[in-house]
Amino acid sequence: MDKNKPYSVKQAYQELVHRFTPRSRLAQGCLRAFWVGGCICLIGQSVTDLSHLFLDLNSSEAQTFGSVFLVFVTALLTGIGVFDRIARYAGAGTVVPITGFANAMVSPAMEFRSEGWVLGTGAKLFTIAGPVLAYGISTSVFLGILYYFFRW
Amino acid sequence: MKSVRIGKQTIRFLEKPVILSSAAIVGPKEGRGPLAKGFDRIMENAENGQNSYELAEHKMILEACHKCLEKADVQPETVQAFLGGDLLNQIISTSLSAREMKIPFLGLYGACSTMAESLLIGSILCDGGYAQPVLCTAGSHYCTAERQFRYPLEYGNQRTPAAQWTVTGAGACLLGNKHNGLACITHGTMGRVIDLGITDANNMGAAMAPAAADTLSEFFCDTGKTAQDFDHIFTGDLGMIGSSLLKELMKQKGFDLPDDTYQDCGMLIFDEKDDIHAGASGCGCSASVLSAHILPRLHSGEWKRVLFMATGALMSTTSSQQGESIPGIAHAILLEHIRKEDHA
Repeated sequence: MDKNKPYSVKQAYQELVHRFTPRSRLAQGCLRAFWVGGCICLIGQSVTDLSHLFLDLNSSEAQTFGSVFLVFVTALLTGIGVFDRIARYAGAGTVVPITGFANAMVSPAMEFRSEGWVLGTGAKLFTIAGPVLAYGISTSVFLGILYYFFRW
Repeated sequence: MKSVRIGKQTIRFLEKPVILSSAAIVGPKEGRGPLAKGFDRIMENAENGQNSYELAEHKMILEACHKCLEKADVQPETVQAFLGGDLLNQIISTSLSAREMKIPFLGLYGACSTMAESLLIGSILCDGGYAQPVLCTAGSHYCTAERQFRYPLEYGNQRTPAAQWTVTGAGACLLGNKHNGLACITHGTMGRVIDLGITDANNMGAAMAPAAADTLSEFFCDTGKTAQDFDHIFTGDLGMIGSSLLKELMKQKGFDLPDDTYQDCGMLIFDEKDDIHAGASGCGCSASVLSAHILPRLHSGEWKRVLFMATGALMSTTSSQQGESIPGIAHAILLEHIRKEDHA
């Protein structure tokens, strides 16, 4: 009985906390993520298509141009301190497109600048994006190997 | 000259150490809040004229200390002990301040409970005749705390509804054995670390509420007082969720905590619209609210007796990442109005 007691007290408290803690607004979050994320994708696609039409780029070059454009704009907005405000509103809407990745690289680069170029910016550059890179690249390598053997 | 220990965790101070002066320096967001009038200086920006936020925090704490001494007309050389802490690793902001103050220094880490902890230990030193005057301080900075405990400032993420906003602010109090001052400290209750298994570092109010309930109920048991004996009972930074949890836990323990008596410093300092979610946090929260809001009212006699209980979530980023739950703590001090006839 005594052995179980702290566990049950903790359980009861967890339930109490659960009852008192407000939930994130799922519908509102989804809606905001959808329209902001959609707009970002629309801008990216427009830049890609326009550069294909007017800048004389072939379709793969135009795609690269579209990505570079979004990354540049995000980095700029992060640098002038605007991007985090948009992200606070949009949530996954800004995280999921390539904008989220650009922000995840630029923000630690700025933050840790005070510790110097090497041990600050250099070493901490990947603190947020690192896991995405490590597991993203590992997964692509793994799938590449599978694809090599089983060309479906 | 002997302090009396009453009950399990409480000390009754015979000499009733007096808070001679206090000062609070805060950031711009805090300066837009409802307590703006009470702060000694509102920083124009988070940088505070420094190259890094860490230095900005250090200068803010140092300025609060100097301002506090200046208001009491006391020279730093005559202060016999300096107690305090902040939220950064190795409490570096306070240690840097101690480097310049050149006062014998005891660094404290009680997370957001540091102001009550420093006043408690300061009162013991004063009351026992070991040191006086004693300078007690605590400070925190939103930008340094975010980087250490969460994400880079410009990283775009959404905060959960339970998240709290770290106060950029520093408070300092000078304690002494005089008869004239802002308020006197009659009792202090040292809190125990209580951990009911909360692992969500974004819900610190929930992690600290059980410790607050423990310290408060022990204080009531030890002293025989109830919430009715107080004009106000203040917790440090439980926020919206933590304070409702505290009321619920106290009800379960059989103590009533009426809404007009109980307040949380974390829900007083910011304007409600300012994207603060569940409330404010950080050791600068209770420290600056104490100086700007509580002590002036005790001094004027508007309030006669106040319990000031600062709460702390003692987690580290390493322990959190390793899945360890958050140890909570709360220390309480009883502050009383000094009646004029007592020292006439």
